[in-house]
Amino acid sequence: MALSREQLAQRVAQEMQDGFYVNLGIGIPTLVANYIPQGMSVMLQSENGLLGMGEFPTEETIDADLINAGKQTVTAVDGASFFSSAESFAMIRGGHVDLTVLGAFEVDVNGSIASWMIPGKLIKGMGGAMDLVAGADNIIVTMMHADKKGNSKLLPLCELPLTGYGCIKRVMTDLAFMEIKDGAFHLLERAPGVSVEEIQSKTAGKLVVPEHVPEMVF
Amino acid sequence: MAGLNKVVQSYEEALQGLTNDMTIMVGGFGLCGIPEGLINHMVKMGVSGLTAISNNAGVDDFGLGLLLKQRQIATMIASYVGENATFEQQMLSGELNVILTPQGTLAEKIRAGGAGIPAFFTATGYGTPIADGKETREIKGRHYVLEDSLTSDFALVRAWKADTMGNLIFRKTAANFNPMMATAGKITVVEAEEIVQPGELDPNHIHTPGIYVDRVIQASFEKRIEQRTVKPTDAVAK
Repeated sequence: MALSREQLAQRVAQEMQDGFYVNLGIGIPTLVANYIPQGMSVMLQSENGLLGMGEFPTEETIDADLINAGKQTVTAVDGASFFSSAESFAMIRGGHVDLTVLGAFEVDVNGSIASWMIPGKLIKGMGGAMDLVAGADNIIVTMMHADKKGNSKLLPLCELPLTGYGCIKRVMTDLAFMEIKDGAFHLLERAPGVSVEEIQSKTAGKLVVPEHVPEMVF
Repeated sequence: MAGLNKVVQSYEEALQGLTNDMTIMVGGFGLCGIPEGLINHMVKMGVSGLTAISNNAGVDDFGLGLLLKQRQIATMIASYVGENATFEQQMLSGELNVILTPQGTLAEKIRAGGAGIPAFFTATGYGTPIADGKETREIKGRHYVLEDSLTSDFALVRAWKADTMGNLIFRKTAANFNPMMATAGKITVVEAEEIVQPGELDPNHIHTPGIYVDRVIQASFEKRIEQRTVKPTDAVAK
């Protein structure tokens, strides 16, 4: 079975380490915050100027001056800090964020990512995504392995305009966890009950499959 | 205005000298931290042909969306413009020139502009359409794009507290682009929730020193929320 959005987020959360500063993108990455292992101290960075993002507020504590990158009202945890957008992207571009999780339309075997623009469709802008992929060393891309018609989103070469060139090293899809290196996707783990053959058939880019591919453990 | 007292009493005074075809910077992230009253007054003034530099373009009936609706903006420099139907329509029809800029690059362009730095190299956008036509350089084995800095005729800033000399303190994530923009306007106008006397703000806590600020006006804000999210009630019990 392919992973649900929640399971995908849950598996990504296992990549967190105690003391990490983490930036979570919009969509599935946001869900990762719900699965931070208990007892682990992790600070969430929000690109609009907050380090130490907390959960959603109550009706009583809601504050128009405290939002996240998705413009949702949030709270700040003890130990949080506020700062300008320039400072926020100094953290991001300067490589100070330990883990970045974001979505994508396509990734390719060179580690390039396309996530912001579909020609012919409306262009909404890249927001902070280009800065995030350029600045972070430890990035996990979360995405569906293939589109609804079964077309692979893991390609030999991205077809859509890029968000970043050669910057992605790890991809977590609803079918598999992969590393990108030496011009290929390397299969690390498969979703429970998903066969290597299915992953192979839905991966258009070169896929390297080791002898043993463990199932993900939750 | 007298000496270092920068307080003005009316929006007419606050935006005096703002004319057609000027470049303006407008603080805010989404609708958070936007100078609402200054935007509303620009609508009233009817200035047009503006180049607006702002992370977002407001929504249809609030923030910069109001200026778009009146077709007062000719060029928009922003990182994300997703929540505005008027904007989409004007962009698709070619009425509005849009320069999409990565958010961190936009922030740094403004910071650099205010700090007297004409351009800088960044890895952001290398190998993407953003780098088309721009100078690139390899530095220590990595590729970078040369990005020009930005300044403006007017920077419109929203602060939480100001003193009469223009020292500013921002509140929570309403800071966002406001501190850099305050440094990058030929004329910087601040709309503050509260104005106090010099000495009442602790100098240790000033975010923006008054040297950057030209005019300060006191205002009350609607502070509209774009995405009102609260904890589900079962989570409250948890």
